[in-house]
Amino acid sequence: MKKMIKRGIALALPLSLVFGATVAAPSQAADTEITWLIDNGQSMQDVSKALVAAYEKANPGTKITLVLRPGGADGDNLVKTKLATGEMEDVFTYNSGSLFQALAPSKNLLELTNEPFMKNVLSSFNPVVSVGKKVYGIPFGTAVGGGILYNKKVYAKLKLKVPTTWAEFMANNKKIKAAGIDPVIQSYKDTWTSQLFVLADFYNVQAASPNFAADYTNNKEKYAKNKAALRGFEYIEELKKLNYYNRDYASTTYAQALDKVALGQGAHYPMATWAIPQIAAQQPASLEDVGFFAQPSSKASVNGVTVWVPSGTYIPANTKNAAAAKKFVGWMTSAKAVDVMNSVEGFAGGPYYIKGATIPNALPGAVKDLVKYFDKNATAPALEFVSPIKGPNLEKILIEVGLGITPAKKAAAAYDADVVKQAKQLGLKGW
Amino acid sequence: MTKKKIKNPYSYALVVPIGIIFFIFFLVPTFVSFFFSMTRWTLFDWEFVGFENFVQYFKEASLSIGFKNTLIYGVVTSGLKVVFGLALAILLTGRLRAKGFLRSVVYFPVLVSTIGVGFTFSVLLDPNYGAINRSIVAFGKSIGWETYGPGWLTDPNLLPLFSVALVDVWKGVGMATVIFMAGLATIPQEYYEALAVDGGGAWDKFRNITLPLVRPATAAVVILSFIGGLRSFDLIWAMTNGGPGFLSDVIASINYKQYQAGFYGLATAGNVILLLFVLIIIGPVYWFFNKKEKQS
Amino acid sequence: MKKFIRRYWIDFVAIPVGLFIFVAPFILIFVTASKNAKESFQFNFSLGEKFLLWDNIRTVLKTDDGVVIRAFINSTILTFFSVILIVVVSSMAAFVFARRPGKLTNVANIMVLAGLVVPPAVVPTIWVLQKLNLFKTMQGLILIEVAYSAAFAILIYRGFIASIPREIDEAAAMDGCTGFSLYRRIIFPLLMPVNVTIVVTTSVAVFNDFTNPLYFLPGNDNATVQLTLFYFQSAYLTQYNLLFTDILLITIPPLIVFIIFNKKIVAGLTAGSVKG
Repeated sequence: MKKMIKRGIALALPLSLVFGATVAAPSQAADTEITWLIDNGQSMQDVSKALVAAYEKANPGTKITLVLRPGGADGDNLVKTKLATGEMEDVFTYNSGSLFQALAPSKNLLELTNEPFMKNVLSSFNPVVSVGKKVYGIPFGTAVGGGILYNKKVYAKLKLKVPTTWAEFMANNKKIKAAGIDPVIQSYKDTWTSQLFVLADFYNVQAASPNFAADYTNNKEKYAKNKAALRGFEYIEELKKLNYYNRDYASTTYAQALDKVALGQGAHYPMATWAIPQIAAQQPASLEDVGFFAQPSSKASVNGVTVWVPSGTYIPANTKNAAAAKKFVGWMTSAKAVDVMNSVEGFAGGPYYIKGATIPNALPGAVKDLVKYFDKNATAPALEFVSPIKGPNLEKILIEVGLGITPAKKAAAAYDADVVKQAKQLGLKGW
Repeated sequence: MTKKKIKNPYSYALVVPIGIIFFIFFLVPTFVSFFFSMTRWTLFDWEFVGFENFVQYFKEASLSIGFKNTLIYGVVTSGLKVVFGLALAILLTGRLRAKGFLRSVVYFPVLVSTIGVGFTFSVLLDPNYGAINRSIVAFGKSIGWETYGPGWLTDPNLLPLFSVALVDVWKGVGMATVIFMAGLATIPQEYYEALAVDGGGAWDKFRNITLPLVRPATAAVVILSFIGGLRSFDLIWAMTNGGPGFLSDVIASINYKQYQAGFYGLATAGNVILLLFVLIIIGPVYWFFNKKEKQS
Repeated sequence: MKKFIRRYWIDFVAIPVGLFIFVAPFILIFVTASKNAKESFQFNFSLGEKFLLWDNIRTVLKTDDGVVIRAFINSTILTFFSVILIVVVSSMAAFVFARRPGKLTNVANIMVLAGLVVPPAVVPTIWVLQKLNLFKTMQGLILIEVAYSAAFAILIYRGFIASIPREIDEAAAMDGCTGFSLYRRIIFPLLMPVNVTIVVTTSVAVFNDFTNPLYFLPGNDNATVQLTLFYFQSAYLTQYNLLFTDILLITIPPLIVFIIFNKKIVAGLTAGSVKG
């Protein structure tokens, strides 16, 4: 027995040497150090690096370390886990609206309502980062619009007009198909891209049923029940039946799809204008060949764009560097920070939600197309910013529609069922 | 009444270290999960909801496909691993000159990263640019057919699931082969010699000696790869994400998606369902092999 | 000549088929890792215009202040200590289970099966780790890896020990050698062949583990190599060359293990059947 204990100690000793000796990253000496979690999208990285550089220059002795996280559902999970386990960075940027609501903000985030810098923020932004009257975030970047990216050269060659109704859109597609070009690009390898036809249709849904968002949140309205809402599902089905998608759409990636629309291998790609910086990076020579129009509606009188409100930047409640984090977050609402963001090409693509902030005049053509809708005031926020409910499986359900596995109506019902879980999880009334 | 106490040489003290580790880091979380499977859990907060999660789980449209796919995946991977593993083991313990080399080549994939293998095969199986379909297209052209290769990972049917299962077999067959080779080595050579004296051929050898005597190895391969197959997640996730749609979703990937979505109570309920599902299937298999082993 | 063909035809079939099926994917990894970003999208087996492997490796190693290098150090520590613990604690327990049938062994059998079957409950495990102040520590993750791998190791050890004649340890027990010293002096030396198998399989399993470090050891400083793969896949959507360079780098340690132990994996297992 004695021997056994001895051996036990002999074994434990080297272990204890290693335990506690995790390898740490090299860090530069600085008075204040804070960390900032962002998603790993290329334009997000570019802008964040520029912001950090400018801030560190203006505040010597402060060091900000960027930490990357994946996008999509993996990123959602990571953010939630980090908050729940108290491992969140000092500052983090994450979606506003329904995804923000799922973070249990009143428990996990630092309230910013009464911070002096909040007066820089347009009050129209506050609802998407608030619980009740308490505000938890500031806007990051500009709003973007969801709709259809199209290739202007194809349109010019075939003498097509930008459509406002679905019928016009389909007429265009017919001609495009006859010319041997893929009318509509889909990219199901990156599953999230399948949702645009439904999500970007919300302007049209709201035009037909103005109370949809509220009724939907209260369990009174359903995608399968509301004819206007169901249209988005039917569009995907209709295009599949006519064989209008690119042949390899099941395995095309987001990046490949952007190449296709920029180079005119496909005429339309339903997408939001956040894709523009990436097109600028991938196909700089063809950037101006890409235009944008709002998702066509069933009536010519209805023609507007569905808008994605900017993400928020938040501070977790348990940060040890609250003062430094607030200072940095406050700075991000300043005119100086807006200048830095504007200096990154293609980043700004709509209004900023910061008082007095303007976007640069030299904009890519597709963004100019979007700004026209803002100028006409023909915009509506996407459903996820006016209702806390968004089911997690929409992208997969829509892929099933696009591949012809599930009919539109059945898919809409499946999504309605998917949403129930989210509503219950949030503890909403009436579910 | 005095009984002379003889110290058992196989002291239970030897079990204590792993017992403690296993209890704290495996059993406790598992038992706790039974409780949390009956809650609505946001990680921040929980609320007891009884069996609601289970009801909800069975209503999930993609769940029935999960059961079916899990079973298919388990049967296909373990079945093929047994067949190919035993065949390779016999080949590689036989007269082959290059057996040392081939053993290495077959075994090496076992050692590499599953995620890495998944990414690599996703590239090979790409419907347009992947080497496999390009070969098919080139071959088609050479005999005058204009053809597209199949969408290995994207076709709207069971093909993606089978493709992933085949990659799983590719990666795991080396393990099965090694287990079978160890099993084959325990068969006394005299048996074969005796049979040869009696004039038995290669088939008789396989049927009457190899197959019955290699049974413990078969049991190990079937059970290990079946369990692995039923719980398999990494490779499916790396290659198809359960898609297209939900077509290659297995229970483990469905659970993971609930987890990703933040439905921790529901995901935990899914864990419990997977546990029961696996036990229901593995139980009889395990019992079957155990009984046979005892008989022989 | 005919005799030659009859004798070696299996070789002529088996070698090319084996190469084609089992080696080609690794060639693809190597080739893609030595291309530039654009060429890497061709997904083919030809080398790029320039051989850029060294540049790609440099780029990958430099990424994010050398996260890959840190990850290699972390993964090495994790693997080394997990494997030592697994070998020792599992073989000790397996020895008792193989030799001492009874209630506890029956329970243990069920536990081994449970360990193999039951999907670990991630969130409750984080909860437990936090209570023990082990969350986000290397110690915690090592213990998790031990808990998850033990069932398989015990299964293999138990099977192997069952094939060791009982007379050997009964004779030793007669001489008063029991408990730990019986295990240490008599049984453990006989386990060397199977130790190789366990060391290889568990070190590879731990080194290749991707989910557990993700949840139980989060943070950039603590990254393990599999997490860098995850990172490269999502951060470099358009640069397959860098993703595959990382895959290539991560394949090197298993390759080294393999070169060292290759002969012993099978030879060791088969030598286990010492007769008598």
